[in-house]
Amino acid sequence: MLNIAHLAKRYQNGHLALSGLDLEIAAGEIVGIVGGSGCGKSTLLRLIAGLDRPTEGTVSLNGEGVISPRPEIGLVFQEPRLMPWLTIRENVGFGVRHLPKAARRVRVDEALSRVGLADFADHWPRELSGGMAQRVSLVRALVGRPSVLLLDEPFSALDALTRYDLQEHLLELWRYDRPTLVLVTHDIEEALFLADRVVVMRGQPGHIHSISAPRLPRPRDRADQLFQSWKQGLFGELHDSVRGEPVDRAGQIDKNAEIVHFKKAV
Amino acid sequence: MSLTTPLLDPIVFPDPRNSSKGFDFAERPVSAGKRPSWILGLVVPAGLALGWELAVGLGWAEGRLLPPPSRILHTFADLTLTGELANHVAATLGRVGFGFLLGVLSGTAIGALTGTSTLARRLLDPTFQGLRSIPSIAWVPLFILWFGIFELSKVLLIAVGVFFPIYLALSSAIINLDRKLVEVGRIFRLSRLAMVWRVFLPATLPSYFVALRTGLGLGWMFVVAAEFMGASEGLGFLLTDGQMTGNPRVILASIVAFALLGKLTDWGLARLSERVLRWQDAFNPAA
Repeated sequence: MLNIAHLAKRYQNGHLALSGLDLEIAAGEIVGIVGGSGCGKSTLLRLIAGLDRPTEGTVSLNGEGVISPRPEIGLVFQEPRLMPWLTIRENVGFGVRHLPKAARRVRVDEALSRVGLADFADHWPRELSGGMAQRVSLVRALVGRPSVLLLDEPFSALDALTRYDLQEHLLELWRYDRPTLVLVTHDIEEALFLADRVVVMRGQPGHIHSISAPRLPRPRDRADQLFQSWKQGLFGELHDSVRGEPVDRAGQIDKNAEIVHFKKAV
Repeated sequence: MSLTTPLLDPIVFPDPRNSSKGFDFAERPVSAGKRPSWILGLVVPAGLALGWELAVGLGWAEGRLLPPPSRILHTFADLTLTGELANHVAATLGRVGFGFLLGVLSGTAIGALTGTSTLARRLLDPTFQGLRSIPSIAWVPLFILWFGIFELSKVLLIAVGVFFPIYLALSSAIINLDRKLVEVGRIFRLSRLAMVWRVFLPATLPSYFVALRTGLGLGWMFVVAAEFMGASEGLGFLLTDGQMTGNPRVILASIVAFALLGKLTDWGLARLSERVLRWQDAFNPAA
């Protein structure tokens, strides 16, 4: 459904942020993209969103090329980025501007109640805590029912407890319309908790190092030994310092494991 | 030692889910004491006025060049009774009002244009910066020549004065806008016009309102210059009339009237900006 082919991005100052990226994402899939700083994962997301244009290659949604932002593709940033001069209700309404006023209000109020913020609809963004504001940002992106939701390190600015809370919120919200989720994060555990497939990126220039399909049972259990060994394995994928192969309780290699490695294109 | 007693004083934070107002780390400063803040503002002028009144009354100073407040009030009363004061105030207020409106509309339109369009900025800004450097008085003879000595030239002069701070503030506020919010606008595919109306203008409201107050102050300044030439009514005319007839009381009354009106209009604008900007996450919006 979302097709990325030979994607490359070189900035005007000559810096090659991405090179030779190929990725296919199915409808309703949750893909986690992990990588260290500077590996180009945020650049990749911006290209998919249509905020920037690639220097080579294409991004296409259902066969149509993506060259600028579209209603089918939503984006949640690391900061909530709510308009400070609008109430929470008006902020969420941004996502459904095209609807008539009455219908808009119904949609917005319903969306806010899904994250437990219906009481704050008439408040200003400055009155909300970071976690609450990010919940509003999630709801704003989803109220227009996009078929793809991109998230750029959405919870990295929050404390650990709020992060766990919002990860649950995200999954709950996802269950309503089951959009395709592409989540960029530096937190391996977060990616494992949420994603069907985990893409590991490395930089200089940004490229896909491996794609894994953990196939862990849902709901994901962070305490599960297989979960933890996958985490170790992916850590190794990122850093090459630990030779990680996912093992189950018996110490054998997980037969469900599926990891594909790629060579750097350049 | 048992662990049932706390080792440290517990720090109690309000639960954001319980409060209806959310979590506010920085307590908004509350004015000390119960007296309204404007009383403090009256202390200095009232003190000076009383002091001067006393000095003239006791014979320490001569009240001819600078009449004591009682004589100025008397002059005010005379002018009000004859209806002259109302006439002059109306004339001056009208000119400031129209000039301000004109200046605000043009300053906003062109400021928004040069703020959002690089081409427009490169074409127009150098010219406007050049025009801005021309002192206000210099425009007077030109405007009289072009637009005559009646209302049009005065209103336009005031508009020119009001235009520049607003044009400058809006233009640079838009250019310096944090791109984070602009990107949100792009993600939601706002048209160029919608971007200006829904993102650029509201985001620049704080500096815009400061510019409005500056513009208003300049408007009051320019109206005096405008009324110095060929006016038959208005507070500025009253000023020159007082000078021509050697009447310091009228001069002072006119100056006091300017001060009061200027303060009143600025206060109105300040109150408006407080209402419009109540969403601001500012350090001390109650200042």
